[in-house]
Amino acid sequence: MYNGGKILLGILIFLALATFPFYNNIGKADVEPKPSIDTPAIQKLSEKKCIEPTAFMKAEHMVLLNEWRDLAVRDNNRVYVAGDGKKYTISLQNTCMKCHSNKKEFCDKCHNYAGVSPYCWDCHLAPKEGK
Amino acid sequence: MAKLPKPEQLSKVEYKLPGKRWMNTPVEFKEGMYCNGTRPDYLETVDFPNPRKWAPSDEDWKLPENWKEIVLNGMKERLEKYRSFRLFMDICVRCGACADKCQFYLGTGDPKNMPVLRAELMRSVYRRYFTASGKMLGKLAGGRELTLDVLKEWWYYFYQCSECRRCSVFCPYGIDQAEITMIGREILNLLGLNTDWIAGPVANCYMKGNHLGLEPHTIKSNFEFMVDDIEEITGIKVEPSFNRKGAEILFVAPSGDMFGDPGTFTCMGYMMLFHELGLDYTWSTFASEGGNFGSFTSMEMGKRLNYKIYAEAKRLGVKWIIGGECGHMWRVVNQYMDTWNGPADFLEVPVSPITGTRFENAKSTKMVHIAEFTADLIKHGKLKLDPSRNDHLKVTFHDSCNTSRGMGILDEPRYIIKNVCNHFYEMPEDTIREKTFCCGSGSGLNAAENMELRMRGGFPRANAVKYVQQTHGVNMLANICAIDRAALPTLMNYWVPGVDVAGLHELVGNALVMKGEKERTQDLRLEDLPEKEGAENV
Amino acid sequence: MGALFSFVVVILLILIAYVGVAAVGMQSIFGTVVPYAAVLIFIVGVVYRVIKWGKSPVPFPITTTGGQQKSLPWIKQAKLDNPSGSAGVIGRMALEILLFRSLFRNSKSELRDGRLAYGSAKWLWLAAIAFHWSFLIVLLRHIRLFATPIPSFVSLLENLDGFLQIGAPRLYLTGVILLLAVTYLLLRRFYVPQVRYISLASDYFPVFLIVAIASTGILMRYFFKVDIVSVKELAMGLVSFNPTIPAGIGSIFYIHVFLVSILFAYFPFSKLMHAGGVYLSPTRNLANNSRAVRHVNPWDYPVKVHTYDEYENEFREKMINAGIPVEHSPAITPEEEEKLTEPTDDAEIPVGKE
Repeated sequence: MYNGGKILLGILIFLALATFPFYNNIGKADVEPKPSIDTPAIQKLSEKKCIEPTAFMKAEHMVLLNEWRDLAVRDNNRVYVAGDGKKYTISLQNTCMKCHSNKKEFCDKCHNYAGVSPYCWDCHLAPKEGK
Repeated sequence: MAKLPKPEQLSKVEYKLPGKRWMNTPVEFKEGMYCNGTRPDYLETVDFPNPRKWAPSDEDWKLPENWKEIVLNGMKERLEKYRSFRLFMDICVRCGACADKCQFYLGTGDPKNMPVLRAELMRSVYRRYFTASGKMLGKLAGGRELTLDVLKEWWYYFYQCSECRRCSVFCPYGIDQAEITMIGREILNLLGLNTDWIAGPVANCYMKGNHLGLEPHTIKSNFEFMVDDIEEITGIKVEPSFNRKGAEILFVAPSGDMFGDPGTFTCMGYMMLFHELGLDYTWSTFASEGGNFGSFTSMEMGKRLNYKIYAEAKRLGVKWIIGGECGHMWRVVNQYMDTWNGPADFLEVPVSPITGTRFENAKSTKMVHIAEFTADLIKHGKLKLDPSRNDHLKVTFHDSCNTSRGMGILDEPRYIIKNVCNHFYEMPEDTIREKTFCCGSGSGLNAAENMELRMRGGFPRANAVKYVQQTHGVNMLANICAIDRAALPTLMNYWVPGVDVAGLHELVGNALVMKGEKERTQDLRLEDLPEKEGAENV
Repeated sequence: MGALFSFVVVILLILIAYVGVAAVGMQSIFGTVVPYAAVLIFIVGVVYRVIKWGKSPVPFPITTTGGQQKSLPWIKQAKLDNPSGSAGVIGRMALEILLFRSLFRNSKSELRDGRLAYGSAKWLWLAAIAFHWSFLIVLLRHIRLFATPIPSFVSLLENLDGFLQIGAPRLYLTGVILLLAVTYLLLRRFYVPQVRYISLASDYFPVFLIVAIASTGILMRYFFKVDIVSVKELAMGLVSFNPTIPAGIGSIFYIHVFLVSILFAYFPFSKLMHAGGVYLSPTRNLANNSRAVRHVNPWDYPVKVHTYDEYENEFREKMINAGIPVEHSPAITPEEEEKLTEPTDDAEIPVGKE
């Protein structure tokens, strides 16, 4: 007894699973996300600069936001002193989203691309945006 | 012969591991732990290669010049023939779950008796000669040169495995050391490296129909003694027939039951049962062996011996076959016979003439286990039983390796025991059913010269019996295996004195109330039944 | 020795990737060529190995029965441990593959004052199942880097995996479990004497490799953060056969990818093939119905047997004297017997040797 049919079927299933990422992408162009910083608030800024350098923000914003939450909610501390000494109010809606009022074009772009689902909006209200 | 150490010494098993790696630890032949080498005439009888006088302790094993080539070709051939072999060589992850599941490891403490390492003895050679990494990296990839020392190691350890399959139950991939041992032994047999104790019965069975070499007239006269004993006990003369054409059923038992206690008591039980039922059955002197030492040698030899059962069923024109109580016989019947020598299309699907039960589970092999047959009778109320005749016995049941892990006949014998005995106690859970321990003498290891090995291998079984002896006063170890009946009395004497050994149908024979029998005062061993004796004295 | 060797090899592999990327700047080798080669070897190798197994037949139905057989209708069959048909086999295999049923049986024996005692031993099972399942989930989670849009089951897995919402980025439980379990499996090889004794370099190597893979993965997610968007660009480039090497991805990513590539390429040639082998194990994937359904051996061949006629020729007289029926009756005279031993039509098969 060889059970050749069953083995072949097993091999096909293996191939189907192992090559899924390849055939799944046939005919789909991958477009890297370009988060937009084109909002009225940012346009008004003389120096287009976030509270910390861009590289830091790109890599560590989630850590920063997490710290902010703890400072604000647990320690009742609403003041953040940035690396350059400037002070900011610790507030997602009133500080971050004031400039980045375009959640869909800014936050969601990369998050969706990389499959990240932050739970900020479980509690916070997302900014109202036109479609 | 080596002097057998005392139980107190033997039970102090050291599980210490040598400092040296196992690949660099050459095999040491310890007396009492291995069987004698095959005599040449046994091999000649069945046309096996390299018949010669040799002893395992000899430096020179008188192997053919090209022995290495023979072994490697033998491996290659079997890798192509057995998916099991190739797979089991490839996929072990050495998790060690099997290590302390083997009674030979538990009893000897020798690391090479861990199933995983027993397999590695061969796997290391497989890696060296049959895998790319082993060919290139050698030792680094776990490969090992095939040397004479390695070959000797194979022989020593493949004949310290009873092919019980306990490791296979626990292995996450079902790797079965029994399969590796069987193939290992098959390869060793290409060089004439068998044991005397296996090759002898094989030659006997081939020529005379049974392992013991009983010739037809001897079988008949042995039965006459048993018939006389039955008459003395019951007042009834049973009339077994031999080689009778036209009988409905051929009955095949292990030849051990025809010769020597306590097997003969089991045999008497069979005959009493069949007589009471008025069963139209016959014995055969040609197919006078259910067991198959050939299967401990090679698949081919197993097939050559097994051939007789169907051939004889056909010659006699029976409708179907009942098989007696034997362990490896039933591994062979359940898993090999139909494939080897079937299809048995000249037979009919077994139907019990007493109950009308159709044995659907045996509709292709047409061979029914006597415990299945008897359990069916009892369930249908066809037997009058007086279990109090076994009241002097406190019984426990030893599942045989092969019937448990190569078949799964677990509850039929228990059902029977509970109907024929009033005192039945199970051994601890980890030592029964599919987790049962071997008697230590299976797969042709029940010789005399390897007594220490047998006592060590049987240690876990004996330990469990001792437990029920101490907790429940158990004095009878029931079983459905002829090797058990031959090997366990010695084991019990050594480890658990006071416990006797009986086949299931001996207990049935004791309890069976036969039409027209006289008042029983003796059991099948011709020993007085205690309470009846008391009654007589009044 | 095997352990040290394997450890050194894994360290060397890490160094190769680090030097290759950080010093020599061979990002394109480590980011495209190596992963492509590894996946190719993996797929072809696994298929090759399985076909090789498949080419050897299963001549005999050698099921290991782990419970009561199917016999009489009123005896309760252990349908999963001793299956008698396809449904049972599928159930048994599913339990084996998904839940490691046999390993769950594991027990521990101990010899105390000449008595053997058996106890439950589930740690190996627990570590094994924790390891394999978390590895699978970690692997599936990585699909987010290879697909746009991301399949919903992947997002679901991520949410479940990170449901504790510890830290940011959210801590994935499977990553931690994987590392803990594989560390347990490694320590057991060091500290259980029997297991240490049987372990080969090829047992340590994959464990060290996986420890390194899991560690670099965790480091890169929580500590030396790499730009995930660039990583996905690279990954998407690979799977759409349009490889790109975005600038600025940290070396740790290339180390991680290199180690994973080594694991993939090593897989088909190693014991890791147990993943495929377990499906083919004849002691598990066959029904114990060999008395009801005939199993055919494709290489079966006729064997030399000792026939009844040969047997009767040898014992005829003894049989007749004992009153056992014979085929050739009445007894053959000595003259006839002489004839019988010569090759005549009646007895073309020679009487067997003594």
